[in-house]
Amino acid sequence: MSSLPEIILIMFLLSSIVLVSSSRLVHCIQLVALQGVLLGIMPLIFWDWQSSAPHGELVFLAIVNIAVKGVALPMLLILAMRRAQVRRELEPLVGYALSQLIAMLIIAGCFAGYRHLIGAAATNSALLAIPVAAATMLIGLFVIIARRKAITQVIGFLVFENGIAVFASGLMVHHGAIVELGILLDVFALVFIMGIAVFKISREFQHIDADRLNTLRDRRDPESPATPAGYTGE
Amino acid sequence: MMYNVNHGFWWAMFLASLLLAPLLFGIINKVKAFFAGRRGPRLLQLYYDMFKLSRKAGIFSRTTSGVLQLAPIMSLLATIMAMLFVPGGLFRSPLAFGGDVIFFCYLLGLSRMLTILAAMDTGSSFAGMGASREAHFSVLAEAVLFAIVIFLAIVARSICLSDLLSPLSLVTPGISVPAVLLVAGAFFIVILVENCRLPFDDPETHLELTMIHEAMILDYAGPELAMIHYTASLKLWSFCAVLTLLLLPQRVAGPLTGMLLYLALIMVFAVGIGVVESIMARYRFLKVPHLLVGSLAAVLTAVLLLLFF
Repeated sequence: MSSLPEIILIMFLLSSIVLVSSSRLVHCIQLVALQGVLLGIMPLIFWDWQSSAPHGELVFLAIVNIAVKGVALPMLLILAMRRAQVRRELEPLVGYALSQLIAMLIIAGCFAGYRHLIGAAATNSALLAIPVAAATMLIGLFVIIARRKAITQVIGFLVFENGIAVFASGLMVHHGAIVELGILLDVFALVFIMGIAVFKISREFQHIDADRLNTLRDRRDPESPATPAGYTGE
Repeated sequence: MMYNVNHGFWWAMFLASLLLAPLLFGIINKVKAFFAGRRGPRLLQLYYDMFKLSRKAGIFSRTTSGVLQLAPIMSLLATIMAMLFVPGGLFRSPLAFGGDVIFFCYLLGLSRMLTILAAMDTGSSFAGMGASREAHFSVLAEAVLFAIVIFLAIVARSICLSDLLSPLSLVTPGISVPAVLLVAGAFFIVILVENCRLPFDDPETHLELTMIHEAMILDYAGPELAMIHYTASLKLWSFCAVLTLLLLPQRVAGPLTGMLLYLALIMVFAVGIGVVESIMARYRFLKVPHLLVGSLAAVLTAVLLLLFF
């Protein structure tokens, strides 16, 4: 087994562990960008260079992936972060060390159980991609659950999406370019909309705490515009 | 597996490590001085310091009991005893027995416990604070250390330190490269935290609120302080030696080349520590557990790679 794909996949996994433990949003966004770049070069590294040069579709996909996930989306997120004027996720629902432990459990579970996910129909480096993809997806979902700020939840969504993409490129789904480009467009649009939503929420309520939206209801007292009536502080 | 059982060579290496250990701090300080654009203290500065300190008389406060006076020599002896089990270069330790890796870890633990007890014995609140921090971080570091031992034990199918460190290297077939890299990286982090180096503790600061190791030894002077410095350098040496043995290619030309390569690699790790200290800032205390739990996660991932692939 050649080790370069393995190293890339493990770096992917480690970046999600670090992301779970980081409270600075810029740092999280940088890690997501790193994942995007790794994701972009992954199909090129998995390619069997001895037999033939990779076809144009693959190279094109790699470039688009790096451009969108490694550059465009992180920049968009940083823009949204600046506008909403948040730097840190201060009070997560699950603490950072505990988050790391849970991420560890997720990874262990995925490694232990991946053989049930799929039959033995792949090469060895692709085999490692399966638990890594599953773990990344679950960690992304966990970030969405465990964090309060809307922007961190967007980051969690991106991690989740990266996990799906690892699954696709690790298993070398052939001629999946159209599908993957479609997904990429969806994600791009979604993050774009979420970025705008984060900005709007923060302008309206002076915070982007998605948890507090649960208590949102009609204003009863139009004279006090600062806080909605149902909003009780905590 | 490839160690020659040659006790003469091993004892030579042991004496060499006892002599050369304080040199590591000289190298680290030189590297830091180079990064800061200074000339820095001499390479042998710690030897001079220890010589100077050993000619002075120790002073102990009247509030202390005997623990403070006894701790430095005991912890020095425990560390030297732990070093007896580290293979020297390519040579098996003659004292090796099954399970000595646990003995090794807890001899170092004993040395730390004595330092902590002595710090509490001083009655100084700063020393007590340093002791509390030391105990806190060492609990987390020990988890990482034992996860690494588990990884090595699975590879070597043995829990003898000399066997654990022999079969592994970056080029061993059948063991994935990322797993070895993860373990080596995590062990480097353990070296930094166990020896109170920079991202965890600043060895240069003399502001009591931010220190760990330095805060614990504030009350020492004279020969006891020299012993504490020497213990610290021996500990750094034995950790660097274990990391070197993890990464040393096994098939080198001969015992002499192997020995030279071993010593050179230890020096390289000292340079590495110096570089890390030059380019990093100390972490906030709250962030330290994150890094340690993260490296635990890295080692466990390596174990999983080993078990399932």
